[in-house]
Amino acid sequence: MNAVDVCHLTHSFGPRRALDDVTFSVPAGAFAVLLGLNGAGKSTLFSVITRLYHSQSGEVRVFGASLRRSPLAALAETGVVFQASTLDLDLTIRENLRYHGALHGLSQRETDARQDDELRRAGLHERLHDRVRSLSGGLRRRVELVRALLHRPRLLLLDEPTVGLDAAARREFLAYVRSLRDQRQVTVLWATHLMDEVDADDEVLLLHRGRLVRQASAGRLVRETESGSIAHAFAALTG
Amino acid sequence: MLRYTRAFIGIMRREGLRVIRQRGRLAAAIVRPLIWLAVFAAGFRNALGLSIAPPYQTYILYEVYIVPGLAAMMLLFHAMQTSLSMVYDREMGSMRVLLVAPLPRWYLLAARLTASTLVVLPLVVGFLLVSRLWGVRPPGWGYVAALPALLLSGLMLGAFGLLVSSAIRQLENFAGVMNFVIFPMFFASTALYPLWRIEDASMWVATAARLNPFTYAVELIRFALYLRMDWLSVAVVTGAAVVFFGLAVLGYEPARGWALARNDS
Repeated sequence: MNAVDVCHLTHSFGPRRALDDVTFSVPAGAFAVLLGLNGAGKSTLFSVITRLYHSQSGEVRVFGASLRRSPLAALAETGVVFQASTLDLDLTIRENLRYHGALHGLSQRETDARQDDELRRAGLHERLHDRVRSLSGGLRRRVELVRALLHRPRLLLLDEPTVGLDAAARREFLAYVRSLRDQRQVTVLWATHLMDEVDADDEVLLLHRGRLVRQASAGRLVRETESGSIAHAFAALTG
Repeated sequence: MLRYTRAFIGIMRREGLRVIRQRGRLAAAIVRPLIWLAVFAAGFRNALGLSIAPPYQTYILYEVYIVPGLAAMMLLFHAMQTSLSMVYDREMGSMRVLLVAPLPRWYLLAARLTASTLVVLPLVVGFLLVSRLWGVRPPGWGYVAALPALLLSGLMLGAFGLLVSSAIRQLENFAGVMNFVIFPMFFASTALYPLWRIEDASMWVATAARLNPFTYAVELIRFALYLRMDWLSVAVVTGAAVVFFGLAVLGYEPARGWALARNDS
């Protein structure tokens, strides 16, 4: 079964076409990288997959649930880490997580039990009662990741999650998300413009000016374009 | 049903924590009407004669007259500040957390509106009680009767704020809201002067006051506080709340993209 099916998706802002007939599927359990420069349409695509926008034409399904016909089932399967931080800075980690848990129908007790587990894994359990404002950028991202996983979604969307992090925090965060995929079979759709975040085995969705240029594993793209790296392959495919 | 209840409790808890944590805002919310009462009313009490008019059964001091209007002003400011924080949340992204929850969007907005109104009610009641020190002493049951009036008025003004927040794209535009929404709504109403006084001064302003839903919120609270029912105000405030909320839900519809920044990448 596919985690995400996007079929002929088109979305415009006035005269500007942000997504142009985009079609792709991400198989369950994959680590897929949505690769594109700024302005390629990555955030718009994420906004449609999370129902912040309705698709103007085309269809999106998350684990078979159509966003148009059964949006709540699709959203229940989806965890999101947005590009900009979406935590309440004046609330503690626990309060932020409880708020999210409640929005997903979890009782406070369930939320606390789950968050203890997740925070321990993320190395944050000792800071549970700290206000988010006092956390570094890297830790805030981790809290957002913990939050996104709280309702145990099968699909995890991350929109340029490493923006603003230093090199070490970036590597660490990426490794942590990869480990999640490996350990829990969570399907990951990771949007980025940073080529060094792509591994050879990753499924790459190459988005350029609102169009999906190519979908294949990173290794295959490099081989096919006879380039030395995914950055060169990207340059070759996007002209 | 349990999901809906839990979500509402979660939203309520968050709104409560935010109000408590924002000390400056909390202090301003309480001090603002007291300054009006202590300074403005003291200055005007001799300048303005008030005749006997319902719901009052005797001549009243000006302080007594403006207290319901100041209670409504607290609700108005709170509604507008909440709507400002929604614009901020949208720019900063935390509104997305609410809107991607697996619940119908109208419900999420209604829950946030209700929670935001409920958290301010204790402050308004506190102000009404403190105003007893200025000789504003409605009957004891008036405070109880005022609660549903305050809630309904708060929901109407909150829905209006929600509508404003759906229409405003950037924080910078909010100063305009202060000038063109809050001030006209407050001054062209019966909060500070009775309608017959306004009619004496300007028919044009009196007409604006009659068309202003805030006037009916003020009167609803005023009548309730003195254990009287003003059905016209109930009807106008309820109707306005429904219309504003309906339009706000449309404004936040995914089809319209709820006015996200259009230069998305």
